[in-house]
Amino acid sequence: MHRKATMALAVAAALGLPHAATAQTQDELKTLREQVRQLDRRVTDAEQAVIQASSRPASESAMNPAVSVILNGIYSNLSQDPNTFRINGFVPTLGDVGPGVRGLSLGESELALAANIDHHFRGTLIASISSEDSIGVEEGYIQTLSLSYGFMIKAGRFFSAVGYQNQIHAHAWDFTDAPLANKVFLGNQLNEDGIQLKWVAPTDLYFDVGVELGRGRQFPAAAGPAGPRNKNGVSSGNVFTHVGGDLGTGTAWQTGISYLSTSPQDRTFDDPAGTTNSFTGQSRLWVLDGILKWAPNYNPTYTNFKLQGEYFRRKEDGDLTSGTTTQTGGFASVQSGWYLQSVYQFVPMWRVGYRYDRLNSGTSSFSAPLNAADFPILAAYNPTKHTLMVDWSPSEFSRVRLQFASDKSRSDVTDHQVFLQYIVSLGAHGAHKF
Amino acid sequence: MKAILRFVVALSAVVVALPATAALNVFACEPEWGALAQELGGEKVSIYFATTALQDPHRVEARPSLIARIRSADLLICSGSELEIGWIPLLLTQSGNPRVQLGSPGYFEASQYVVKLEIPKVIDRALGDLHPGGNPHVHTDPRNIARIAQALEERMVLIDPANAESYRSRAKSFLERWQAALARWEQQAAPLKGMPIVVYHKDFSYFINWAGMREAGSLEPKPGLPPTPAHLADLLDRMKIQPAKVIVYSPYNSPQAAEFLSSRANIPTVMMPFTVGGTDKAKDLFGLFDDTIGRLLATAK
Repeated sequence: MHRKATMALAVAAALGLPHAATAQTQDELKTLREQVRQLDRRVTDAEQAVIQASSRPASESAMNPAVSVILNGIYSNLSQDPNTFRINGFVPTLGDVGPGVRGLSLGESELALAANIDHHFRGTLIASISSEDSIGVEEGYIQTLSLSYGFMIKAGRFFSAVGYQNQIHAHAWDFTDAPLANKVFLGNQLNEDGIQLKWVAPTDLYFDVGVELGRGRQFPAAAGPAGPRNKNGVSSGNVFTHVGGDLGTGTAWQTGISYLSTSPQDRTFDDPAGTTNSFTGQSRLWVLDGILKWAPNYNPTYTNFKLQGEYFRRKEDGDLTSGTTTQTGGFASVQSGWYLQSVYQFVPMWRVGYRYDRLNSGTSSFSAPLNAADFPILAAYNPTKHTLMVDWSPSEFSRVRLQFASDKSRSDVTDHQVFLQYIVSLGAHGAHKF
Repeated sequence: MKAILRFVVALSAVVVALPATAALNVFACEPEWGALAQELGGEKVSIYFATTALQDPHRVEARPSLIARIRSADLLICSGSELEIGWIPLLLTQSGNPRVQLGSPGYFEASQYVVKLEIPKVIDRALGDLHPGGNPHVHTDPRNIARIAQALEERMVLIDPANAESYRSRAKSFLERWQAALARWEQQAAPLKGMPIVVYHKDFSYFINWAGMREAGSLEPKPGLPPTPAHLADLLDRMKIQPAKVIVYSPYNSPQAAEFLSSRANIPTVMMPFTVGGTDKAKDLFGLFDDTIGRLLATAK
């Protein structure tokens, strides 16, 4: 600019133009400079405006919680009548443990709402709508965001941190149904009304420890018409700890141990003979779980592998009242069970999986006046089950699964099961726990 | 029950002494943000790289080791715009660390400081895995790096005022070197102007926009969905009418689909570094753009 101005001056001088012209040029220059400055400011403002405009739009509904819906439907082919389903050797939990109905059916639909409440809390509500048109609260809890030093509190109804599989939502399971051990020890899936305190250690190796205090609303704390205990305070307690980390350039692992202690009162179960027995005493459950996931360079897009297993051991002792004789006597049992499952994604979208289940009923002891013959379902028997599945996930939001199982839950017959199932999620992008 | 109650008392009595760490703990969701934090922070920061160039930042498992690292982080740097939606929210709620929660100064989303491209006009999952906030891969435009560097400098000064001077002077030096490099890259990339390229995923949109290139298609039929034979055949037909110069993909993509198309369309494939660490030469942010431009120029000849 300066050089141009000087040049203009020189030319003007050379041409002998009057002084007025020079002054005019300088004025023009001044105006031009001012215009450039203003333009520059406008460009900066415009840039800012574009940045703002390119961000999310503002609206009242922008504060709506994240909404997602899970739909699933299933075709079942069962060689045995599902109405006669039982797991021999174990106390029936009155939970939803059966293989479901034969033929085509709508599975459980889920409606989930979640959002940060404020800077202290996050809230989650997951309602399950059964195919029989009833609505239940699967989970409904608040959790803290602002506690320091790795502490977290969760309160409300939530899937108990007992074992590994119990905390995973059914739509994220690798098989259509829960392992046999989860069915007999936790009534399929234990969601407790209570409070959970958890602490994560400030170490590079993942380590957490936590405790849950609950109302004992479900098996093993309660089952049947008596319902949960009518008392102040706590009826169910669970402590747990996990350790986890990475191995090499593609493997992640986690292992945990949990201990669930409850004192059931008038917990009832129906014997296949049609009588109702009731138990009052102590129930203690230990669960050891482990999970290992592998993907080349931690990139699971093309191939990945998952190995998962849990071991359960339960000790119960107390008084049992027989529905047949209406007599009460001492009862004690030590029972265990485990499963091991692996799932392999061999090409994008396709996975295969296999699970082996085994339960060990042990021998229950009955003291006089009780007679073991009055409790046929508790007669010693070790159920087993083989399950094979293949599933196809065309996107992150849909999955179609075919599953075959050979289920020896009943002591006298084998149930050959075939399931064809779809599971889809609508709405907010989900995130799955490790 | 009694044992459990005793345990609760013991647990609540645990007094946690935070380890006296001198450096600011940075959790970098992607390698490019770790590299940027390193440029600005130097010795004052200790950086954990949550992912590598070999991982798709949209598909990351919320591993226990990541929770453990976020637990101790003072500053979390992510791309944002829903890129990490499948894992970061979960890690945050499980970390018990209020310093890096959404809304805290320790939570930094890089994409908020730049103009986003490809903001969808229609949002529907039938269109693939869309990001309602716009394309999240903002770091592939070198001008964005400069803008984000300034925002990150302010954030680091806010969180760690004791080292403000260091951050300020390092940022100044970085931006000077970056502007010089930017001028050089603009000259170098001039021959790329108007060049039609096929991408694997829409992760180079910002680079394409900066270099004035033209996207002639993507191997993914829809964002986030793997390439299908039918779509590749379609793409091949389209390329007969409108030929492209090169097919690019990222280190976390399988080269198979790109090579399939390359052999039929008779154009080269190029693995771009995509982020820091993606290739041997992409050791830092400068190397990232040097190598990206270098690789494309090699095919333009």
